[in-house]
Amino acid sequence: MTFPNPLDFWEASASRQGSDRAVSSAKSSSAKSPVVVEARKLSLVYPTADKPVTALSEVDLTIARGDFVSLIGPSGCGKTTLLRVIADLERPTAGQIAIEGMTPEQARLKRLYGYVFQAPALYPWRTVERNVMLPLEIMGIARAERQARAREQLERVGLSGFERKFPWQLSGGMQQRVSIARALALQPDLLLMDEPFGALDEITRDHLNLHLTQLWRATGKTCVFVTHSIAEAVFLSTRIVVMSPRPGRILDVIDCNSLPRERTLDIRESPEFAAIAHRVREGLKEGHSYDD
Amino acid sequence: MSDSTGDEATNPYRTSLRTAADWGLVAIALPALAALALPVGAQGGAVLGWFGGTMAPLFLIGVVLAVVAGASAPKRVWGAWPELAGVALAWLLPLHLLNEGLDLSAGWGLWLFLVAATLLLWRVMGVLAGVPGWTRSVIVPGLFGLGLLVGWEVLVRGFQVPAILLPPPSRIAAALAANAPVLWDDFRQTVLTSVLRGYVMGCGAGLIVAILADRVPFLARGLLPLGNLASAIPVVGIAPIMVMWFGFDWQSKAAVIVVMTFFPMMINTLAGLGTSERIQLDLMRSYAAGYGRTLVKLRLPNALPFLFNGLKINSTLALIGAIVAEFFGTPVVGMGFRISTEVARMNLDIVWATIAVAALTGSGLYGTLALLERATTAWHPSMRGR
Repeated sequence: MTFPNPLDFWEASASRQGSDRAVSSAKSSSAKSPVVVEARKLSLVYPTADKPVTALSEVDLTIARGDFVSLIGPSGCGKTTLLRVIADLERPTAGQIAIEGMTPEQARLKRLYGYVFQAPALYPWRTVERNVMLPLEIMGIARAERQARAREQLERVGLSGFERKFPWQLSGGMQQRVSIARALALQPDLLLMDEPFGALDEITRDHLNLHLTQLWRATGKTCVFVTHSIAEAVFLSTRIVVMSPRPGRILDVIDCNSLPRERTLDIRESPEFAAIAHRVREGLKEGHSYDD
Repeated sequence: MSDSTGDEATNPYRTSLRTAADWGLVAIALPALAALALPVGAQGGAVLGWFGGTMAPLFLIGVVLAVVAGASAPKRVWGAWPELAGVALAWLLPLHLLNEGLDLSAGWGLWLFLVAATLLLWRVMGVLAGVPGWTRSVIVPGLFGLGLLVGWEVLVRGFQVPAILLPPPSRIAAALAANAPVLWDDFRQTVLTSVLRGYVMGCGAGLIVAILADRVPFLARGLLPLGNLASAIPVVGIAPIMVMWFGFDWQSKAAVIVVMTFFPMMINTLAGLGTSERIQLDLMRSYAAGYGRTLVKLRLPNALPFLFNGLKINSTLALIGAIVAEFFGTPVVGMGFRISTEVARMNLDIVWATIAVAALTGSGLYGTLALLERATTAWHPSMRGR
């Protein structure tokens, strides 16, 4: 089904030394185990011209089903790299990682996750609807069902009536919503999002965050969300993973059980919200002290 | 009618010297009036004025009536059409005088009058170019081309330019009509046989090799310098060699075209395949799409503007290549053969007719590709909103 691609520069750059990257392959394929992502002593070292760069250093992380996990940290802390390792867009050089008990590659080939990139990455020659249908086309789903699913997801992100528009006729926020609908159209249990709202203005961002948290509660998906905004992380997450750079590692994992599962914009004024935000900020500060 | 916008005309209290009269029209009328004092031509050595026994006064009256009708029309756009008729009438006058047997080369009154008519045409075109739809996109360029042809005809015949240097368009058209069967055979041999086959082979090979070279990096590294080398090969050098290799018929012409079109197509395709962004490629990878799917769904659509660039460059290269190659040997038919033999026989009319056919064919090919490009890459930033 897939061929080795000489253009796979991600494979060229992330070397394949880590032969033991999978905890176990097809052993626990009873898909409903409570753990979705499990990483142990995960490391990724990029070979560069002068000296190797350690993007991830011995990362241990467990993501439970139905969790909304945010990865937060300054640039270069490896949060995007960790997400890309989960998505099999990068290969770790050491350690183990399992997605639903499979290797990331098996999970990718089974299309177990939907990935939302920093930019919408919509194809300008396809209409909004046909953009959402793209993954379904690749999966070989029949035309009628493709269209039905695309319509459903576009309605879910509030873009009914925009099916026939082209991406460049939409605002940035709407384009990013289309890309979320495209990821949802795969009907994955796991949604990976890499700073999806990073390029948007704050008002649009608040609006989309509210939308996202409602979507998450309605669908019960497991979400991994990369951000560098403390407010965004606290607002959305059930758990926050604070990371620090050079080498990329996890400093703190914060549970947000003190906040209700149902989030409204008002909770940002609550003392619980402030307490968690404070702890995140402290963690980030600690990470920065290593910098100098 | 005081001003082209009509704003001042609706407000009678805002009259100024600037808007009191249509000064543009006055500026055109002045040289036209001055032209009346000068001769329109000569007949049998005698200088003839405007009222020297020809039908010139009738034309004059017609033009004046048209301009008056145009200037008094309630809307500027409506007025453009009678004025256009006036321009046409003015430019028909020299053709009438030529038929009467006049020598126009000393008719300075006539030429001055035509200058005024051309200025009027400028004005009319300015108005029509502001009308959206067919008027702007078809009629205005059509009138422009027609104007050039009429100007060419009148100037060449009026100043008696030798036909061997530059025949008037009417003579080229006559040659085109008289030699239609021969020219059609040439067209079939050169365009429908050699060019189309060579073009499809050259562009197809360029596309396929580019896709291969994209997959196998050493091919790209080896072929790109060769492409630079090949683009420097003169067609007059390669054509006789190809005729020796492949014979007189279309095969040698197609070979020349393949040599000329292969590398432009390959280089454009390679550049186009490289335009997909990493994030788009990651997206396809996250869908577990393989090489073929990624190529068809993402990389080729992304490369379309580049592919059309190559196809458009090649459409003109192919025609030039075939015509030049036919200079070096061909069965006794073909556009290049026709040009080379008729030049030798001083039949310049047929040469010009062949040039006209070649020019029309080239623009036709290019235009078709441009329309196709517009239809398939309307999403590209360079095409949006057209």
